[in-house]
Amino acid sequence: MPSTSVETEQSPIIRLRKITRRFPGVTAVAEVDLDIYPGEVHVVAGENGAGKSTLMKILYQVERPDAGQIYLNGHPLSFHGPHYARALGVAMVHQEFALAPHLSVAENLFLGREPLRFGFIRRRRELAEARHLLAQVGLDLDPRRLVASLSVAEQQLVEIARAISFNARVLILDEPTATLTEQEIARLFEVIRQLTDQGVAVLYISHRLDEIFQIADRVTVMRDGRVVATLPRAELSEQKLVQLMVGRAITNLYPRPETHPGPVLLRVEELSRRGLLHDCSFEVRAGEILGFAGLIGAGRSELARAVCGADPIDSGRIFLDGQELHIRRPADAIRSGLAYVTEDRKREGLALDLGVDQNITLASLPARLGLLLLRRERTTALRACQRLNIRTPSVRRKARLLSGGNQQKVVVARWLETQARVIFFDEPARGIDVGAKAEMFALIGRLASEGRAIVLISSYLPELLNMCDRIAVMREGRIVGTLSRGQFSEERIIALATGASEVTIP
Amino acid sequence: MKESLSRKITDEPGAEAALSWRRLLPAQISDLISQFAAAGALIVICVALSIASPVFLTLYNLFNIVSQTAVTAIIALGMTFVIITAGIDLSVGSVAALAGVLGVKLMVDLGLSWPLAVLGGTLVGGLAGLANGLLITRARLAPFIATLGMMSVARGLVNIITGATAVFGVPDSFRLLGQGMIDGIPIPLITLAVLAVAAHLLLSRTRLGRYTYAIGSNEEAARLAGIRVGAYLVAVYVLQGLLAGFGGMVAMSRVASGQPNFGDGLELDVIAAAVIGGCSLFGGQGTILGTLIGAFLMAVIRNGAVLLNIDTFTQSVIIGVIIWLAVIWDQFRRRRFAESTR
Repeated sequence: MPSTSVETEQSPIIRLRKITRRFPGVTAVAEVDLDIYPGEVHVVAGENGAGKSTLMKILYQVERPDAGQIYLNGHPLSFHGPHYARALGVAMVHQEFALAPHLSVAENLFLGREPLRFGFIRRRRELAEARHLLAQVGLDLDPRRLVASLSVAEQQLVEIARAISFNARVLILDEPTATLTEQEIARLFEVIRQLTDQGVAVLYISHRLDEIFQIADRVTVMRDGRVVATLPRAELSEQKLVQLMVGRAITNLYPRPETHPGPVLLRVEELSRRGLLHDCSFEVRAGEILGFAGLIGAGRSELARAVCGADPIDSGRIFLDGQELHIRRPADAIRSGLAYVTEDRKREGLALDLGVDQNITLASLPARLGLLLLRRERTTALRACQRLNIRTPSVRRKARLLSGGNQQKVVVARWLETQARVIFFDEPARGIDVGAKAEMFALIGRLASEGRAIVLISSYLPELLNMCDRIAVMREGRIVGTLSRGQFSEERIIALATGASEVTIP
Repeated sequence: MKESLSRKITDEPGAEAALSWRRLLPAQISDLISQFAAAGALIVICVALSIASPVFLTLYNLFNIVSQTAVTAIIALGMTFVIITAGIDLSVGSVAALAGVLGVKLMVDLGLSWPLAVLGGTLVGGLAGLANGLLITRARLAPFIATLGMMSVARGLVNIITGATAVFGVPDSFRLLGQGMIDGIPIPLITLAVLAVAAHLLLSRTRLGRYTYAIGSNEEAARLAGIRVGAYLVAVYVLQGLLAGFGGMVAMSRVASGQPNFGDGLELDVIAAAVIGGCSLFGGQGTILGTLIGAFLMAVIRNGAVLLNIDTFTQSVIIGVIIWLAVIWDQFRRRRFAESTR
């Protein structure tokens, strides 16, 4: 056990000993020992499938461990399910929120334990207490508003407020920042700090290295269901953390690809969509990687969707190789050689119940005389799996069962089969683990060097700074600047994206 | 620490392969089992009935079962497509009545030959399906609502047209479709077999079939993959309408008249056949074979109940319980599935 300063002062609130959980064929969590101290932010890091989420579910008593013991303040706990865990002061905010969108904030906060008098809900009391709770997480909104009308960040804070209202002493946050903007993350971190100051222990699952270093007091790295190391933040470097997570050294996460931009392939002129996009013009060259930076909601995805026919446009022109395209639906864009790798592969990318092969060929089904050529489909899929290193025991396996990184590669494979010449990648690294990320960026580089034009949308600046030849910055539906490689700087991009101070770029 | 690190690395590829294979197997096996659960139930009930009743296993009785369930099964072929898209068609019973009666009137009032009349009746069904499809894709009504409306409209129309009385006077040759035999095999059985094979090929071997699954599994992903979701959805509802219309003609032929009140509640039998056969109302899942098994399972239970003198009310209870069991099984399968993905 590594010793830290916290450990010597206090006794742990939670102590996990030899926790093991097996699923058919997999040991998801293997003999895990973990101590959580009051007032610390304890990050649990690891690749997808490392067992982080399962471990948290065991702590929250959603999953029953096959072996091992959990101690709360030194007392062994028996297993009774999440209600019991919550009653003991362990709360969890899931990645997918568990709020009822058609109920108000206050109704959600007190769902299942409404303050009653003679069987009637005491609405005024409910509202007052809701206001108090919201204030605690620094959320200034009317508790009578419907949850459906809140932003993702606000919903998350409501979830946290609900957790606090159970007098949580241990708060589990499962990848809380996946969909938040920088400012929202900063606000979340403030709330977390307030909670730890009050002695709450925060368990924080995350993929994002920058965050881990920002918020963690201690970091536990898991791999293949085991705890590889628990270290105080001060003893960790980014290199070391990645190495612990992956089990091997990754020298460069975002290898700067060898690109040789050729002639302009795609040109977009004054594209507008009412309320969302205003006169957006840009061009991408063959073999070039053009990045799009901006805050969430700045219109980057909307622009990509509009160009690729997923959303209608009000005005604007699109040229490929100097020829004007008339795109009214995705099929038109695909036929012209455009492809859009969506941000949310589960909601917009994959048919999860269909096989890997069927997903790969979805946009380019081989058929003759109306009948599908199933054998050709199979060889196409096998070739794609090999080429993109998609790890699946069988090409007929349902897409649902693949890891995030492999799912993402399946979506990319689909577009390569359409012979796309311009590929839009919308947050291609979201929710996939470090190893798969490196592979994905290497692939994007390779696609560019083959002469394809790449548009890369990312909210994580280091990705853009390393990968791109040029970066366009969007704000409120406008392209507010385009930087070429020599002009790249994180500050400049953030300034443009936030409109903080007007930097004029020649 | 160092040692365990290096051990991990060498373990990794093998471990992953083993792990994913194991994870794959239960899903595939349970896929098979879900098909065979209904099939198994069908076989068990058949065996039990042939022991309990000497009449059950006679050719006459078996053909009787097939003839009685042919209409339901034919329409259920279309319902399989509809349900796989995560849709539903409540109008099939009414549409079958409307199409059947109009087809009969083509013979009685216009003197058309029966094959042309059957074609006409089928097309009437197709038109109703087209209306359903357009209401769903253009007016953006939920399939439940669009077809609930059609159910009422079609039933109303058929009663207006006939004054709610049966239409008689069909040519004798029309009986062939629902009551005829070829080499001792009932024509409805042959028709059903041909249509089922065609539907199976359509579902498993053509774009329409593949896109049916894709739309039901993830409509937005299908759209972004360049699939014209609206057009394919309309096609699926037209197909359902055509089959309902044709089924209506077969039904009218069996009674050699146009019955405006035919098919009241038929939609529920049709949906039940598909669901018992493994179609998921959430879309993306289902097969023609499964639906056929579902249809025959219900038919055999009804037949057995008659042979064993079980009254129709008890039959109804048994069918209901079977629907529950089929869907409980389906959900159990899903949950295992969800767990194995972690």
